[in-house]
Amino acid sequence: MDMSKDLVAASATPLVLAILAEGDSYGYAIIKRVTELSGGHLQWTDGMLYPVLHRLERQGHVAAKWSAAQNGRRRKYYRITKEGRAQLAAQRQQWKAVDGTLRGIWMEACTI
Amino acid sequence: MTTFADRQLEEQIAQWRTYVRRRPALHGPDVEELEGHLRDQLVALTEAGLAGEEAFLVAVKRMGSLDALSREFARAHSERLWKQLVMAPDAQEPAKTSHAEILVVLSLAVAAALAIKVPALFGLRIDTGEESFYFRNASLFVLPLLTIYFVWKRGLSVASGLWLALPFAAGAVFANVFPFPKGSDTELLTILHLPIALWMAVGFAYVRGRWFADGGRMNFVRFSGELAIYYVLIALGGGVLTGFTMMMFKAIEMNAEWFVGGWLIPCGATGAVIIGSWLVEAKQSVIENMAPVLTRLFTPLFTLLLLVFLATMAWTGSPINVKREVLIGFDLLLAVVVGLVLYAASARDPQAPPDFFDGLQLLLVVSALVVDGVALAAIAARISEFGFTPNRVAALGENLILLVNLAWSAWLYARFLRHRGSFAVLERWQISYLPVYSVWATLVVVMFPPVFGYR
Repeated sequence: MDMSKDLVAASATPLVLAILAEGDSYGYAIIKRVTELSGGHLQWTDGMLYPVLHRLERQGHVAAKWSAAQNGRRRKYYRITKEGRAQLAAQRQQWKAVDGTLRGIWMEACTI
Repeated sequence: MTTFADRQLEEQIAQWRTYVRRRPALHGPDVEELEGHLRDQLVALTEAGLAGEEAFLVAVKRMGSLDALSREFARAHSERLWKQLVMAPDAQEPAKTSHAEILVVLSLAVAAALAIKVPALFGLRIDTGEESFYFRNASLFVLPLLTIYFVWKRGLSVASGLWLALPFAAGAVFANVFPFPKGSDTELLTILHLPIALWMAVGFAYVRGRWFADGGRMNFVRFSGELAIYYVLIALGGGVLTGFTMMMFKAIEMNAEWFVGGWLIPCGATGAVIIGSWLVEAKQSVIENMAPVLTRLFTPLFTLLLLVFLATMAWTGSPINVKREVLIGFDLLLAVVVGLVLYAASARDPQAPPDFFDGLQLLLVVSALVVDGVALAAIAARISEFGFTPNRVAALGENLILLVNLAWSAWLYARFLRHRGSFAVLERWQISYLPVYSVWATLVVVMFPPVFGYR
Protein backbone atom coordinates (compact mmCIF):
# COMPACT_ATOMS: atom_id res chain seq x y z
CA MET A 1 0.00 0.00 0.00
CA ASP A 2 1.41 3.35 -1.05
CA MET A 3 0.47 5.97 1.46
CA SER A 4 0.19 9.61 0.41
CA LYS A 5 3.11 11.84 1.39
CA ASP A 6 0.88 14.31 3.22
CA LEU A 7 -0.67 11.62 5.36
CA VAL A 8 2.73 10.22 6.29
CA ALA A 9 3.95 13.70 7.20
CA ALA A 10 0.85 14.50 9.25
CA SER A 11 1.02 11.28 11.22
CA ALA A 12 4.74 11.63 11.96
CA THR A 13 4.41 13.91 15.01
CA PRO A 14 1.82 11.89 16.96
CA LEU A 15 3.57 8.66 16.06
CA VAL A 16 6.99 9.82 17.24
CA LEU A 17 5.52 11.28 20.42
CA ALA A 18 3.57 8.09 21.11
CA ILE A 19 6.66 5.93 20.63
CA LEU A 20 8.69 8.17 22.94
CA ALA A 21 5.86 7.98 25.48
CA GLU A 22 6.62 4.23 25.66
CA GLY A 23 10.17 5.05 26.70
CA ASP A 24 13.28 7.00 25.68
CA SER A 25 14.63 6.07 22.30
CA TYR A 26 16.87 7.11 19.39
CA GLY A 27 16.33 7.63 15.69
CA TYR A 28 17.03 4.21 14.28
CA ALA A 29 15.02 2.43 16.98
CA ILE A 30 12.07 4.78 16.43
CA ILE A 31 11.97 3.96 12.73
CA LYS A 32 12.19 0.25 13.46
CA ARG A 33 9.29 0.58 15.87
CA VAL A 34 7.22 2.45 13.27
CA THR A 35 7.75 -0.32 10.70
CA GLU A 36 6.91 -2.91 13.33
CA LEU A 37 3.74 -1.15 14.48
CA SER A 38 2.41 -0.52 10.99
CA GLY A 39 3.22 -4.00 9.74
CA GLY A 40 5.42 -2.39 7.09
CA HIS A 41 2.65 -0.23 5.66
CA LEU A 42 4.17 2.98 6.91
CA GLN A 43 7.54 3.39 5.19
CA TRP A 44 9.46 6.49 6.14
CA THR A 45 12.41 7.84 4.29
CA ASP A 46 14.84 7.28 7.16
CA GLY A 47 16.51 10.67 7.11
CA MET A 48 13.24 12.57 7.31
CA LEU A 49 12.69 11.44 10.89
CA TYR A 50 15.52 13.66 12.14
CA PRO A 51 14.13 17.03 11.07
CA VAL A 52 10.86 15.97 12.73
CA LEU A 53 12.70 15.11 15.95
CA HIS A 54 14.65 18.37 15.88
CA ARG A 55 11.50 20.39 15.33
CA LEU A 56 9.84 18.65 18.29
CA GLU A 57 12.92 19.35 20.37
CA ARG A 58 12.76 22.99 19.44
CA GLN A 59 9.11 23.22 20.33
CA GLY A 60 9.97 21.71 23.69
CA HIS A 61 7.92 18.55 23.13
CA VAL A 62 10.94 16.29 23.43
CA ALA A 63 14.33 16.68 25.09
CA ALA A 64 17.52 15.20 23.70
CA LYS A 65 20.73 13.98 25.26
CA TRP A 66 23.90 12.53 23.78
CA SER A 67 24.94 9.33 25.49
CA ALA A 68 28.00 7.23 24.89
CA ALA A 69 27.41 3.95 23.08
CA GLN A 70 29.93 1.24 22.32
CA ASN A 71 33.23 2.00 20.56
CA GLY A 72 33.43 5.56 21.86
CA ARG A 73 30.72 6.68 19.48
CA ARG A 74 27.78 8.52 20.92
CA ARG A 75 24.11 8.37 20.25
CA LYS A 76 21.40 11.02 20.63
CA TYR A 77 18.56 9.83 22.84
CA TYR A 78 15.18 11.52 22.88
CA ARG A 79 12.79 11.76 25.82
CA ILE A 80 9.22 13.08 25.78
CA THR A 81 8.59 16.15 27.99
CA LYS A 82 5.51 17.22 29.94
CA GLU A 83 4.57 19.58 27.09
CA GLY A 84 5.09 16.71 24.67
CA ARG A 85 2.62 14.55 26.57
CA ALA A 86 0.05 17.36 26.49
CA GLN A 87 0.67 17.74 22.77
CA LEU A 88 0.26 14.00 22.28
CA ALA A 89 -3.07 14.06 24.12
CA ALA A 90 -4.25 16.97 21.95
CA GLN A 91 -3.20 15.21 18.75
CA ARG A 92 -4.88 12.05 19.89
CA GLN A 93 -8.18 13.92 20.25
CA GLN A 94 -7.80 15.34 16.75
CA TRP A 95 -7.01 11.98 15.16
CA LYS A 96 -9.90 10.40 17.04
CA ALA A 97 -12.22 13.01 15.55
CA VAL A 98 -10.93 12.37 12.02
CA ASP A 99 -11.06 8.61 12.51
CA GLY A 100 -14.60 8.77 13.95
CA THR A 101 -15.85 10.89 11.08
CA LEU A 102 -14.38 8.62 8.43
CA ARG A 103 -15.69 5.50 10.15
CA GLY A 104 -19.15 7.04 10.33
CA ILE A 105 -19.36 7.77 6.64
CA TRP A 106 -17.84 4.42 5.65
CA MET A 107 -20.27 2.52 7.83
CA GLU A 108 -23.12 4.32 6.12
CA ALA A 109 -21.65 3.52 2.73
CA CYS A 110 -21.57 -0.17 3.73
CA THR A 111 -25.22 -0.32 4.80
CA ILE A 112 -26.58 1.25 1.64
CA MET B 1 26.83 1.89 16.38
CA THR B 2 29.66 -0.21 15.24
CA THR B 3 32.88 0.42 13.46
CA PHE B 4 33.17 -2.04 10.62
CA ALA B 5 36.06 -4.36 10.00
CA ASP B 6 35.40 -4.04 6.29
CA ARG B 7 37.83 -1.28 5.35
CA GLN B 8 36.11 -0.54 2.06
CA LEU B 9 32.82 0.02 3.86
CA GLU B 10 34.46 2.39 6.33
CA GLU B 11 35.92 4.33 3.40
CA GLN B 12 32.51 4.60 1.77
CA ILE B 13 31.00 5.86 5.02
CA ALA B 14 33.77 8.45 5.31
CA GLN B 15 33.09 9.60 1.76
CA TRP B 16 29.39 9.84 2.48
CA ARG B 17 30.15 11.86 5.61
CA THR B 18 32.27 14.43 3.72
CA TYR B 19 29.56 14.69 1.12
CA VAL B 20 26.82 15.29 3.69
CA ARG B 21 28.97 17.78 5.63
CA ARG B 22 29.08 20.01 2.59
CA ARG B 23 25.40 20.78 3.09
CA PRO B 24 25.28 24.00 5.09
CA ALA B 25 21.88 23.14 6.58
CA LEU B 26 23.37 20.10 8.27
CA HIS B 27 25.62 20.92 11.19
CA GLY B 28 28.25 18.68 12.78
CA PRO B 29 26.04 16.96 15.38
CA ASP B 30 23.31 16.36 12.77
CA VAL B 31 25.79 14.59 10.52
CA GLU B 32 26.99 12.55 13.48
CA GLU B 33 23.42 11.55 14.29
CA LEU B 34 22.71 10.60 10.68
CA GLU B 35 25.94 8.64 10.49
CA GLY B 36 24.95 6.75 13.61
CA HIS B 37 21.69 5.88 11.91
CA LEU B 38 23.50 4.73 8.77
CA ARG B 39 25.76 2.46 10.81
CA ASP B 40 22.82 0.93 12.69
CA GLN B 41 21.12 0.29 9.39
CA LEU B 42 24.29 -1.27 7.95
CA VAL B 43 24.63 -3.63 10.90
CA ALA B 44 21.04 -4.79 10.43
CA LEU B 45 21.48 -5.24 6.69
CA THR B 46 24.77 -7.16 6.90
CA GLU B 47 23.25 -9.37 9.59
CA ALA B 48 20.42 -10.05 7.16
CA GLY B 49 23.05 -11.32 4.74
CA LEU B 50 23.79 -8.41 2.42
CA ALA B 51 27.40 -7.89 1.39
CA GLY B 52 29.18 -4.66 2.32
CA GLU B 53 28.64 -2.67 -0.81
CA GLU B 54 25.07 -3.81 -1.32
CA ALA B 55 24.21 -2.97 2.25
CA PHE B 56 25.74 0.47 1.85
CA LEU B 57 23.68 1.22 -1.26
CA VAL B 58 20.45 0.13 0.39
CA ALA B 59 21.18 2.09 3.58
CA VAL B 60 22.00 5.29 1.68
CA LYS B 61 18.92 4.87 -0.48
CA ARG B 62 16.72 4.49 2.59
CA MET B 63 18.19 7.66 4.07
CA GLY B 64 16.49 9.54 1.25
CA SER B 65 17.49 12.27 -1.16
CA LEU B 66 19.99 14.67 0.34
CA ASP B 67 18.32 17.66 -1.30
CA ALA B 68 14.99 16.88 0.32
CA LEU B 69 16.73 16.11 3.58
CA SER B 70 18.68 19.35 3.79
CA ARG B 71 15.55 21.25 2.83
CA GLU B 72 13.70 19.68 5.76
CA PHE B 73 16.61 20.41 8.09
CA ALA B 74 16.65 24.01 6.94
CA ARG B 75 12.93 24.27 7.66
CA ALA B 76 13.31 22.80 11.11
CA HIS B 77 16.19 25.17 11.88
CA SER B 78 15.22 28.37 10.17
CA GLU B 79 18.01 30.33 11.87
CA ARG B 80 20.50 28.41 9.76
CA LEU B 81 18.56 29.30 6.68
CA TRP B 82 19.07 32.90 7.49
CA LYS B 83 22.84 32.73 7.23
CA GLN B 84 23.15 30.75 4.07
CA LEU B 85 20.30 30.37 1.72
CA VAL B 86 20.51 26.63 1.71
CA MET B 87 17.06 25.75 0.50
CA ALA B 88 17.63 23.68 -2.56
CA PRO B 89 15.14 25.10 -5.04
CA ASP B 90 11.75 23.62 -4.35
CA ALA B 91 10.02 22.37 -7.46
CA GLN B 92 6.65 23.61 -6.23
CA GLU B 93 7.77 27.16 -5.59
CA PRO B 94 9.58 28.63 -8.56
CA ALA B 95 11.78 31.45 -7.33
CA LYS B 96 10.88 34.90 -8.55
CA THR B 97 13.46 35.82 -11.11
CA SER B 98 15.88 38.38 -9.79
CA HIS B 99 15.38 40.40 -12.95
CA ALA B 100 11.69 40.94 -12.24
CA GLU B 101 12.51 41.61 -8.59
CA ILE B 102 14.96 44.40 -9.41
CA LEU B 103 12.32 46.03 -11.59
CA VAL B 104 9.69 45.84 -8.85
CA VAL B 105 12.11 47.13 -6.22
CA LEU B 106 13.25 50.03 -8.37
CA SER B 107 9.73 51.10 -9.24
CA LEU B 108 8.65 50.88 -5.59
CA ALA B 109 11.70 52.88 -4.50
CA VAL B 110 10.95 55.54 -7.12
CA ALA B 111 7.31 55.52 -6.06
CA ALA B 112 8.37 56.04 -2.43
CA ALA B 113 10.70 58.86 -3.46
CA LEU B 114 7.96 60.55 -5.45
CA ALA B 115 5.25 59.95 -2.85
CA ILE B 116 6.94 62.34 -0.47
CA LYS B 117 6.78 65.05 -3.13
CA VAL B 118 3.02 64.61 -3.77
CA PRO B 119 1.82 66.83 -0.88
CA ALA B 120 3.95 69.62 -2.33
CA LEU B 121 1.61 69.66 -5.34
CA PHE B 122 -1.16 70.66 -2.93
CA GLY B 123 0.82 73.46 -1.41
CA LEU B 124 2.32 71.62 1.56
CA ARG B 125 6.01 72.37 1.00
CA ILE B 126 8.66 70.82 3.22
CA ASP B 127 10.63 74.03 3.51
CA THR B 128 7.78 76.36 4.44
CA GLY B 129 6.83 75.44 7.96
CA GLU B 130 4.78 72.36 7.20
CA GLU B 131 7.46 70.00 8.52
CA SER B 132 5.13 68.60 11.17
CA PHE B 133 2.79 67.28 8.48
CA TYR B 134 5.69 65.40 6.93
CA PHE B 135 6.94 64.05 10.25
CA ARG B 136 3.45 62.86 11.28
CA ASN B 137 2.98 61.06 7.97
CA ALA B 138 6.56 59.94 7.39
CA SER B 139 5.80 56.24 7.83
CA LEU B 140 2.76 56.49 5.54
CA PHE B 141 4.89 57.56 2.59
CA VAL B 142 7.01 54.45 2.63
CA LEU B 143 5.64 51.58 4.75
CA PRO B 144 2.65 50.85 2.46
CA LEU B 145 5.06 50.50 -0.46
CA LEU B 146 7.31 48.25 1.58
CA THR B 147 4.23 46.15 2.40
CA ILE B 148 3.40 45.95 -1.29
CA TYR B 149 6.92 44.67 -1.93
CA PHE B 150 6.43 41.82 0.55
CA VAL B 151 2.91 41.10 -0.68
CA TRP B 152 4.42 40.68 -4.13
CA LYS B 153 7.52 38.82 -2.99
CA ARG B 154 5.66 36.36 -0.76
CA GLY B 155 2.88 35.89 -3.31
CA LEU B 156 0.03 36.98 -1.03
CA SER B 157 -3.45 37.14 -2.46
CA VAL B 158 -5.00 40.48 -3.42
CA ALA B 159 -7.61 40.00 -0.69
CA SER B 160 -5.02 39.79 2.10
CA GLY B 161 -3.24 42.75 0.49
CA LEU B 162 -6.43 44.75 0.88
CA TRP B 163 -6.74 43.71 4.52
CA LEU B 164 -3.22 45.00 5.05
CA ALA B 165 -4.27 48.36 3.59
CA LEU B 166 -6.65 48.88 6.52
CA PRO B 167 -4.08 49.70 9.22
CA PHE B 168 -2.42 52.22 6.90
CA ALA B 169 -5.73 53.90 6.14
CA ALA B 170 -6.46 54.05 9.87
CA GLY B 171 -2.96 55.44 10.45
CA ALA B 172 -3.54 58.16 7.87
CA VAL B 173 -6.80 59.12 9.57
CA PHE B 174 -5.39 59.31 13.09
CA ALA B 175 -2.27 61.17 11.98
CA ASN B 176 -4.31 63.92 10.35
CA VAL B 177 -7.74 64.36 11.95
CA PHE B 178 -6.58 65.63 15.32
CA PRO B 179 -6.24 69.42 15.62
CA PHE B 180 -2.70 69.49 17.02
CA PRO B 181 -1.47 72.97 17.92
CA LYS B 182 2.06 73.74 16.72
CA GLY B 183 4.73 71.83 18.61
CA SER B 184 2.35 70.02 20.98
CA ASP B 185 3.51 67.03 23.02
CA THR B 186 0.78 64.71 21.75
CA GLU B 187 1.78 65.45 18.16
CA LEU B 188 5.36 64.48 18.94
CA LEU B 189 4.06 61.26 20.50
CA THR B 190 2.07 60.48 17.34
CA ILE B 191 5.18 61.10 15.23
CA LEU B 192 7.19 58.66 17.35
CA HIS B 193 4.56 55.95 17.81
CA LEU B 194 2.81 55.68 14.44
CA PRO B 195 5.77 53.95 12.73
CA ILE B 196 5.98 51.39 15.57
CA ALA B 197 2.26 50.68 15.29
CA LEU B 198 2.41 50.27 11.50
CA TRP B 199 5.59 48.20 11.52
CA MET B 200 3.38 45.30 12.63
CA ALA B 201 1.46 45.49 9.32
CA VAL B 202 4.77 45.22 7.45
CA GLY B 203 5.55 42.22 9.63
CA PHE B 204 2.31 40.53 8.65
CA ALA B 205 3.19 40.88 4.97
CA TYR B 206 6.75 39.74 5.71
CA VAL B 207 5.65 36.48 7.35
CA ARG B 208 3.19 35.88 4.54
CA GLY B 209 0.23 36.52 6.82
CA ARG B 210 1.12 33.48 8.91
CA TRP B 211 2.11 35.24 12.10
CA PHE B 212 2.21 32.13 14.23
CA ALA B 213 3.96 29.76 11.83
CA ASP B 214 7.41 28.45 12.85
CA GLY B 215 10.21 30.93 12.84
CA GLY B 216 8.38 33.64 10.86
CA ARG B 217 8.32 36.20 13.62
CA MET B 218 11.94 35.62 14.58
CA ASN B 219 12.93 36.08 10.95
CA PHE B 220 11.03 39.35 10.96
CA VAL B 221 12.97 40.46 14.03
CA ARG B 222 16.20 39.59 12.22
CA PHE B 223 15.00 41.46 9.17
CA SER B 224 14.16 44.56 11.23
CA GLY B 225 17.59 44.64 12.82
CA GLU B 226 19.42 44.15 9.55
CA LEU B 227 17.28 46.79 7.85
CA ALA B 228 18.12 49.30 10.59
CA ILE B 229 21.84 48.63 10.05
CA TYR B 230 21.59 48.84 6.26
CA TYR B 231 19.58 52.03 6.57
CA VAL B 232 22.25 53.66 8.71
CA LEU B 233 24.91 52.59 6.22
CA ILE B 234 22.92 53.99 3.30
CA ALA B 235 22.31 57.19 5.26
CA LEU B 236 26.06 57.57 5.85
CA GLY B 237 26.68 57.18 2.13
CA GLY B 238 23.88 59.64 1.45
CA GLY B 239 25.53 62.14 3.81
CA VAL B 240 28.76 61.93 1.84
CA LEU B 241 26.83 62.38 -1.42
CA THR B 242 25.03 65.39 0.01
CA GLY B 243 28.29 66.97 1.14
CA PHE B 244 29.83 66.57 -2.28
CA THR B 245 26.73 67.95 -4.03
CA MET B 246 26.84 71.10 -1.94
CA MET B 247 30.59 71.52 -2.25
CA MET B 248 30.80 71.01 -6.02
CA PHE B 249 27.95 73.31 -6.95
CA LYS B 250 29.29 75.92 -4.59
CA ALA B 251 32.55 75.74 -6.54
CA ILE B 252 30.70 76.99 -9.63
CA GLU B 253 28.91 79.66 -7.60
CA MET B 254 25.55 77.88 -7.44
CA ASN B 255 23.51 77.10 -4.36
CA ALA B 256 22.23 73.50 -4.42
CA GLU B 257 20.41 73.84 -1.10
CA TRP B 258 16.90 73.76 -2.63
CA PHE B 259 17.74 70.50 -4.35
CA VAL B 260 19.43 68.87 -1.37
CA GLY B 261 16.79 69.92 1.17
CA GLY B 262 13.76 69.56 -1.10
CA TRP B 263 14.64 66.49 -3.13
CA LEU B 264 17.83 64.61 -2.31
CA ILE B 265 17.31 64.12 1.44
CA PRO B 266 13.53 63.44 1.61
CA CYS B 267 13.40 61.29 -1.54
CA GLY B 268 16.56 59.46 -0.57
CA ALA B 269 15.27 58.84 2.96
CA THR B 270 12.08 57.17 1.72
CA GLY B 271 13.57 55.31 -1.24
CA ALA B 272 16.37 53.95 0.95
CA VAL B 273 13.87 52.01 3.08
CA ILE B 274 12.77 49.98 0.05
CA ILE B 275 16.29 49.54 -1.29
CA GLY B 276 17.57 48.60 2.17
CA SER B 277 14.82 45.99 2.58
CA TRP B 278 15.62 44.49 -0.76
CA LEU B 279 19.33 44.36 0.13
CA VAL B 280 18.55 42.57 3.38
CA GLU B 281 16.35 40.08 1.52
CA ALA B 282 18.93 39.54 -1.20
CA LYS B 283 22.05 39.47 0.95
CA GLN B 284 20.80 37.41 3.84
CA SER B 285 22.25 34.48 1.99
CA VAL B 286 25.64 35.98 1.42
CA ILE B 287 27.02 37.71 4.49
CA GLU B 288 26.99 37.17 8.18
CA ASN B 289 24.25 39.05 10.03
CA MET B 290 25.42 42.28 11.56
CA ALA B 291 22.88 42.66 14.36
CA PRO B 292 24.05 39.58 16.31
CA VAL B 293 27.67 40.60 15.83
CA LEU B 294 26.97 44.04 17.28
CA THR B 295 25.05 42.35 20.09
CA ARG B 296 28.06 40.22 21.01
CA LEU B 297 30.22 43.31 20.95
CA PHE B 298 28.02 45.57 23.03
CA THR B 299 26.52 43.18 25.58
CA PRO B 300 29.70 43.10 27.70
CA LEU B 301 30.19 46.85 27.32
CA PHE B 302 26.66 47.69 28.40
CA THR B 303 26.88 45.25 31.30
CA LEU B 304 30.08 46.94 32.42
CA LEU B 305 28.48 50.39 32.11
CA LEU B 306 25.47 49.40 34.22
CA LEU B 307 27.58 47.74 36.90
CA VAL B 308 29.96 50.69 37.15
CA PHE B 309 26.99 53.05 37.29
CA LEU B 310 25.38 51.08 40.13
CA ALA B 311 28.66 50.85 42.01
CA THR B 312 29.28 54.59 41.65
CA MET B 313 25.78 55.41 42.82
CA ALA B 314 26.12 53.12 45.83
CA TRP B 315 29.58 54.54 46.66
CA THR B 316 28.76 58.23 46.40
CA GLY B 317 25.14 57.94 47.49
CA SER B 318 24.11 60.63 45.04
CA PRO B 319 20.44 60.25 44.03
CA ILE B 320 19.19 60.39 40.44
CA ASN B 321 18.38 63.96 39.55
CA VAL B 322 14.88 63.68 38.11
CA LYS B 323 14.55 65.90 35.11
CA ARG B 324 12.36 65.83 32.05
CA GLU B 325 14.74 63.73 29.96
CA VAL B 326 15.65 61.24 32.67
CA LEU B 327 12.60 59.01 32.27
CA ILE B 328 12.96 58.90 28.49
CA GLY B 329 16.66 58.20 28.89
CA PHE B 330 15.97 55.17 31.06
CA ASP B 331 13.26 54.01 28.63
CA LEU B 332 15.85 54.07 25.87
CA LEU B 333 18.28 52.16 28.07
CA LEU B 334 15.69 49.42 28.64
CA ALA B 335 14.87 49.37 24.91
CA VAL B 336 18.56 48.87 24.12
CA VAL B 337 18.80 46.03 26.64
CA VAL B 338 15.66 44.37 25.22
CA GLY B 339 17.20 44.74 21.76
CA LEU B 340 20.44 43.10 22.94
CA VAL B 341 18.49 40.20 24.45
CA LEU B 342 16.30 39.85 21.37
CA TYR B 343 19.16 39.82 18.88
CA ALA B 344 21.26 37.53 21.02
CA ALA B 345 18.30 35.15 21.01
CA SER B 346 17.81 35.52 17.27
CA ALA B 347 21.35 34.38 16.51
CA ARG B 348 21.58 31.66 19.10
CA ASP B 349 21.18 27.98 18.42
CA PRO B 350 18.25 27.23 20.74
CA GLN B 351 19.54 23.73 21.35
CA ALA B 352 23.03 24.65 22.48
CA PRO B 353 23.66 24.30 26.22
CA PRO B 354 24.08 27.46 28.33
CA ASP B 355 27.48 29.11 28.02
CA PHE B 356 29.37 32.08 29.43
CA PHE B 357 27.60 34.54 27.15
CA ASP B 358 24.19 33.51 28.49
CA GLY B 359 25.39 34.24 32.01
CA LEU B 360 26.55 37.65 30.83
CA GLN B 361 23.13 38.29 29.30
CA LEU B 362 21.45 37.49 32.60
CA LEU B 363 23.83 39.84 34.40
CA LEU B 364 23.01 42.56 31.86
CA VAL B 365 19.26 42.10 32.27
CA VAL B 366 19.40 42.01 36.06
CA SER B 367 21.60 45.09 36.33
CA ALA B 368 19.33 46.95 33.89
CA LEU B 369 16.36 46.00 36.06
CA VAL B 370 18.08 47.29 39.19
CA VAL B 371 19.09 50.57 37.53
CA ASP B 372 15.60 51.07 36.19
CA GLY B 373 14.07 50.24 39.57
CA VAL B 374 16.18 52.94 41.18
CA ALA B 375 15.21 55.45 38.50
CA LEU B 376 11.52 54.58 38.71
CA ALA B 377 11.53 54.98 42.48
CA ALA B 378 13.05 58.43 42.10
CA ILE B 379 10.51 59.40 39.47
CA ALA B 380 7.52 57.98 41.35
CA ALA B 381 8.49 60.02 44.38
CA ARG B 382 8.16 63.22 42.41
CA ILE B 383 5.45 62.43 39.92
CA SER B 384 2.67 63.68 42.21
CA GLU B 385 4.49 67.00 42.30
CA PHE B 386 4.67 67.21 38.50
CA GLY B 387 1.22 65.89 37.66
CA PHE B 388 0.51 63.75 34.63
CA THR B 389 1.48 65.01 31.18
CA PRO B 390 1.11 62.97 27.97
CA ASN B 391 4.88 62.60 27.70
CA ARG B 392 5.21 61.30 31.22
CA VAL B 393 2.34 58.81 30.88
CA ALA B 394 3.74 57.52 27.58
CA ALA B 395 7.22 57.19 29.03
CA LEU B 396 5.94 55.47 32.16
CA GLY B 397 3.82 53.06 30.11
CA GLU B 398 6.78 52.13 27.95
CA ASN B 399 8.95 51.69 30.98
CA LEU B 400 6.42 49.30 32.46
CA ILE B 401 6.12 47.28 29.24
CA LEU B 402 9.87 46.88 28.91
CA LEU B 403 10.24 46.18 32.63
CA VAL B 404 7.74 43.30 32.45
CA ASN B 405 9.51 41.88 29.42
CA LEU B 406 12.94 42.03 31.08
CA ALA B 407 11.79 40.74 34.44
CA TRP B 408 10.28 37.63 32.88
CA SER B 409 13.29 37.24 30.56
CA ALA B 410 15.57 37.31 33.60
CA TRP B 411 13.50 34.59 35.24
CA LEU B 412 13.60 32.45 32.08
CA TYR B 413 17.35 33.04 31.67
CA ALA B 414 17.95 31.99 35.26
CA ARG B 415 15.91 28.80 34.73
CA PHE B 416 17.77 28.08 31.52
CA LEU B 417 21.16 28.57 33.16
CA ARG B 418 20.22 26.13 35.93
CA HIS B 419 19.10 23.60 33.28
CA ARG B 420 15.51 23.90 34.43
CA GLY B 421 14.11 25.11 31.11
CA SER B 422 15.05 25.30 27.47
CA PHE B 423 16.20 28.36 25.58
CA ALA B 424 13.31 27.93 23.18
CA VAL B 425 10.96 29.13 25.95
CA LEU B 426 12.86 32.41 26.23
CA GLU B 427 12.84 32.83 22.46
CA ARG B 428 9.10 32.18 22.39
CA TRP B 429 8.51 34.69 25.19
CA GLN B 430 10.42 37.37 23.30
CA ILE B 431 8.55 36.86 20.03
CA SER B 432 5.11 36.53 21.57
CA TYR B 433 5.76 39.84 23.34
CA LEU B 434 6.27 41.69 20.02
CA PRO B 435 2.59 42.65 19.49
CA VAL B 436 2.54 44.35 22.91
CA TYR B 437 4.80 47.14 21.60
CA SER B 438 2.57 47.63 18.60
CA VAL B 439 -0.64 47.65 20.62
CA TRP B 440 0.78 50.19 23.05
CA ALA B 441 1.99 52.41 20.17
CA THR B 442 -1.47 52.22 18.61
CA LEU B 443 -3.00 53.19 21.93
CA VAL B 444 -0.73 56.24 22.16
CA VAL B 445 -1.60 57.34 18.61
CA VAL B 446 -5.34 56.80 18.93
CA MET B 447 -6.14 57.64 22.56
CA PHE B 448 -3.56 60.10 23.85
CA PRO B 449 -4.37 63.20 21.75
CA PRO B 450 -8.08 63.37 22.67
CA VAL B 451 -7.53 62.23 26.26
CA PHE B 452 -4.93 64.92 26.90
CA GLY B 453 -6.80 67.60 24.95
CA TYR B 454 -4.14 67.80 22.15
CA ARG B 455 -1.63 69.32 24.55
